[in-house]
Amino acid sequence: MTLAIEMKHIEKSYGDFHALKNVSLSLEAGKKLVVCGPSGSGKSTLIRCINGLESFDEGDVLIWGERLEPKKMQKLRSEMGMVFQQFNLFPHLTVLENLTLAPIWVQNTPKASAEARAKEMLERVKMIDHVHKFPSQLSGGQQQRIAIARALCMNPKIMLFDEPTSALDPEMIKEVLDVMLELAVTGMTMVCVTHEMGFARQAADRIIFMDAGEIIEEGTPEEFFSHPKTDRAQLFLSQILHQA
Amino acid sequence: MSELRVLKRVKKIDRAAWFGQTTLQKVINGVLILLLLACLVPVFKWAVIDAQIRGSERCVTEGACWVFIKVRLLTFAFGFYETHELWRPVFVLSMWTLALVTIFRASYNFTLKILPFFITLLPLLSWGLLDGRWFGLPYIETAKWGGLLLSLMITLVSLSMAFPLGLLLALGRMSRLPLIKAGSVAFIELWRGVPLIAVLFMSSVMLPLVLPPGTEVDKLIRVFVGVSLFTSAYLAEVIRSGLNGVPKGQGEAASALGLGARQRLFLVVLPQALQAVIPSLVNSCISLFKDTSLVVVVGMFDLLGTVQQANTDPYWLGYSTEGYMFAGLIYWGVCFALSRFSLQLEKVRNV
Repeated sequence: MTLAIEMKHIEKSYGDFHALKNVSLSLEAGKKLVVCGPSGSGKSTLIRCINGLESFDEGDVLIWGERLEPKKMQKLRSEMGMVFQQFNLFPHLTVLENLTLAPIWVQNTPKASAEARAKEMLERVKMIDHVHKFPSQLSGGQQQRIAIARALCMNPKIMLFDEPTSALDPEMIKEVLDVMLELAVTGMTMVCVTHEMGFARQAADRIIFMDAGEIIEEGTPEEFFSHPKTDRAQLFLSQILHQA
Repeated sequence: MSELRVLKRVKKIDRAAWFGQTTLQKVINGVLILLLLACLVPVFKWAVIDAQIRGSERCVTEGACWVFIKVRLLTFAFGFYETHELWRPVFVLSMWTLALVTIFRASYNFTLKILPFFITLLPLLSWGLLDGRWFGLPYIETAKWGGLLLSLMITLVSLSMAFPLGLLLALGRMSRLPLIKAGSVAFIELWRGVPLIAVLFMSSVMLPLVLPPGTEVDKLIRVFVGVSLFTSAYLAEVIRSGLNGVPKGQGEAASALGLGARQRLFLVVLPQALQAVIPSLVNSCISLFKDTSLVVVVGMFDLLGTVQQANTDPYWLGYSTEGYMFAGLIYWGVCFALSRFSLQLEKVRNV
């Protein structure tokens, strides 16, 4: 099978802080990977290294076998969608303009077809009624669904989710997770940093557990939830499941 | 609807505020109001009741002699510009007004698109029309341009040049390249540290000494350049504060979508940054407009300059109060209009 993402021995430090220690992973096309772990364990840094938002000190990232390097960065990024914890919609643009900005300027799509595709994507995330609104007029959950639609407008083959539901009110989490689950069954390659264990159980092919910049456990959701191998993962799971 | 409701509420609060005072507060406020009236009544009496505006001779009344302003009005507006060519300055000023109204009415994103055309085309067109030679019109040298026309031209043309330069300086100061960064910082700190009056002296007295003999640059152009460089340093800092205020996530989201550095700046970061600093930008414009009155020191006659000159006319001696009051009112009017303009621009923002 083709490898969509491959990370080889990534090392990353912020000054004295060792954020990523010899992290390696690979993900086949169409698979879903969930990354979890306590805060500060390097999950976000890891996912941000995949599309080069974060630089790393050593190691290699390969996307579809191509090395992620400054020259190819823009092209590879345009083929990967990313969804942020804080949505990061462009507040000065309407929903429709948010969705068509990159297709028009990066892919040179004609405006009309970019808008047609944008509306298709809005239909998919059930936000078609809000085409001409500004982000500030929408709730968090709605904004995050728009952000997902914005990423999908670029026709990505990989989607990266960096804690997409962490900034949401509890009753809005479901609407975003539903969109992500629907996306998962379409065969999209997905990497998702999340604490939503329900989502992980339902959608993930594989789970990675990180602590202090290292991947300390890796397995299927089945294995991870019923027989966590390390004490750290056991503790994490018991705390997170208690909370829920 | 909702605005009306707010207004009503404000009125209600005001009434409550007055009746809810203690006796002492009422007395203090009453005395203050009487004092204010005591100051305003004589001014009103002088400026309106006892004033004279009819005729074209020296006044005989006790009050203000607005006849002086009336007979000099054209000079105050356009300086010594040829009277039969006055359609040119009128046309130029209408052009700028139209441009401002367009910006005022158009959506913010459209404004950003047309702004580059405005700030390159309008100054050149204005120069061409007022000077005349480019369009085959009678030549009128810059020494004859004056009054409010000159004040406005210096403000508008200098702003048009200072804005792009200020933007470059702001970006330069945030650059990672040490040479560009140091250059921008040095430029900004140098020009911010010098008073405008010194800049004007330098441009009119020192510059000709530095330039090779025989080269002659029009004095007004030297003033344009000096004022632009001076203003750009201020605008640079305003724009930089706006750029710093845009959340980091905005640039990251744009990067993640595959937008390049320039697209990131012009499509995502800069529009938000400028929108956030509209009040400060307008603030700089207002200061600049008032500072143009300093060109008197290099022998140019802007609004204040023409008024001062008229004050020394032997026939109209003794009416400088009227002159200064008129100049003050015009300055105030333009600045007030600008600040209303900025309020409206802020309201349109969607952030």
